[in-house]
Amino acid sequence: MVGASVNWVKSGPMGTEMTERAVAGGPVHRIGVLGAGHVGPVFARIAIDAGYRVAIAASGDPEKIALVTQVVMPGAEARWAADAVADADLVVLAMPLHKFVTFDPSVLAHRLVIDAMNYWPAADGVLELFQERRHSSSEVVQRRLAGATVIKSLNHIGYQDLEDARRPAGSPERRAIGVAGDDAGAAKIVAELVERLGYDAVLLGDLSAGRILEPGGPVFGALLARPDFELAVGARAA
Amino acid sequence: MNSPIQAPSFPLVLGLNTFGDVTNDAEDRPLSHAQTLRNVVEQGVFAEQVGVDFFGIGEHHTSDWPTPAADVVLAAIAARTSRIHVGSAVTVLSSDDPVRVFQRFSTLNAISSGRAEVILGRGSSIDSFPLFGYDLADYEELFEEKINLFAELRKGGPVTWSGNTRASLNNQDVVPHAEFGPFPTWIGVGGSPQSVVRAAHYGFALMLAIIGGSPSRFAPFSRLFHQALDKFGRAPLPVGVHSPGHVADTDEKAREDFWPRYLQVITHVAKTRGFAIPTRESFMSEVGPRGALYVGSPETVAQKIAANLTALDASRFDLKYGMGGLSHEALMRNIELYGTQVIPRVRELMGAKELAG
Repeated sequence: MVGASVNWVKSGPMGTEMTERAVAGGPVHRIGVLGAGHVGPVFARIAIDAGYRVAIAASGDPEKIALVTQVVMPGAEARWAADAVADADLVVLAMPLHKFVTFDPSVLAHRLVIDAMNYWPAADGVLELFQERRHSSSEVVQRRLAGATVIKSLNHIGYQDLEDARRPAGSPERRAIGVAGDDAGAAKIVAELVERLGYDAVLLGDLSAGRILEPGGPVFGALLARPDFELAVGARAA
Repeated sequence: MNSPIQAPSFPLVLGLNTFGDVTNDAEDRPLSHAQTLRNVVEQGVFAEQVGVDFFGIGEHHTSDWPTPAADVVLAAIAARTSRIHVGSAVTVLSSDDPVRVFQRFSTLNAISSGRAEVILGRGSSIDSFPLFGYDLADYEELFEEKINLFAELRKGGPVTWSGNTRASLNNQDVVPHAEFGPFPTWIGVGGSPQSVVRAAHYGFALMLAIIGGSPSRFAPFSRLFHQALDKFGRAPLPVGVHSPGHVADTDEKAREDFWPRYLQVITHVAKTRGFAIPTRESFMSEVGPRGALYVGSPETVAQKIAANLTALDASRFDLKYGMGGLSHEALMRNIELYGTQVIPRVRELMGAKELAG
């Protein structure tokens, strides 16, 4: 935990830098993945494959996921959560939502964050924080991570498909992944990542529009090419 | 760097699993739960007659899958058979009491003269949580603690244990005592690599539940399991695969029997399980060589089983047969074809000897 603060101090006023980078659409080289359950390791693997440097953290001691990291996502680095995000250009939240509720939000201050989590009471239990349904789950995440820039993406594709469904740009079998966020520049950075991973990115507008990507929605769990995806999300597609 | 680990060799085991999917009669009306369960007993007995190695029943608590007391059904099958292994597929340990699970399966092991097995799961089908008053948000702690206690109980002898999820045990003798040592215990794993490591940590065999997507993506899990066993200084243990399917006389008949039932069942559970509603295209992809469904003629299914067991370095395959609404007769035909044609063909393809005993 202390390591993270030290890194922040060393690397200067990251907040300003990140905001500028988000607006300017600067390149992403290092990705921090928070969560080493179903989604995190698959994402780490395809991100490494796409040329990114990846650090991954579960809750607690990285030693607990050292073997998993070495065998299932070779090339990724297992670290404490604060260290995994400390020098990351982008952070992917892939923890169960009930763990997010108790996660220290200050760790993610001034970070560009992809919220790949879902509120899914049938699987996760009822979470008070997410029960008010006037807002999308990512808006609630953003509110809790005040100071971070939250983009909703990668949540609606099944972890079992995320690796195998990748296709190069232009392939007729290439599938679409939605991207929603209040910061258009940050959404564009995430869209570039999505494209580089092997999917067509469909920009949907602000975080409230990201609700269309949630469980029970028209694209959740489905593997759709861009035209079908845009049709499914309706006029919201930008 | 780790030294390469020699893939262990285990006898090939080919089993069947059911969730007691409610079956329909000749007029396509659902049979009663009671009749469905009596049919499951017949199916289990028949499975032994046609040469199946293992018959497993998955714990569920819904009207579609009326098998909350799988061990009772298994006991009925055990009483009428002599060779086939019987077990859970899976037992939702998180919402059960490990002491009771041990007692029930140790009893089943006694009745069957050592043919009981248990496959423990954390429970992706989570209907048991509200039913028994557990909070889904606690599932990790529940599973971790309960598996720890179960591992202690399985060793035999008095148990001393304390935790947060049940009363402590102090030098407690838990009966019935095992006759031939601990019964085989597996952990069913969906997609979490940390669950693989946990299985290795406790010295339980690994059952990969592959119900969607490409089976080959599980290959790293198999390697992880062998490396983790090695790291924990444990002897090699087998890896198995559990996947759904349906065997009929031809590919076309299997698909046409299965597809409408599959569409209906998955559509029904999609809301709570987060599945997408299947399309004909996604179904055909799952049925194909890179998908998770084993639907087809005996030859098609045997080829797919052999290919995936090889790719995953696994020695056991359990076909989860049945899909709500299929008839008992269709299921019996499935079992017959699986036992008399699929199993011998898989053994031939994999160059395996008959499983002795």
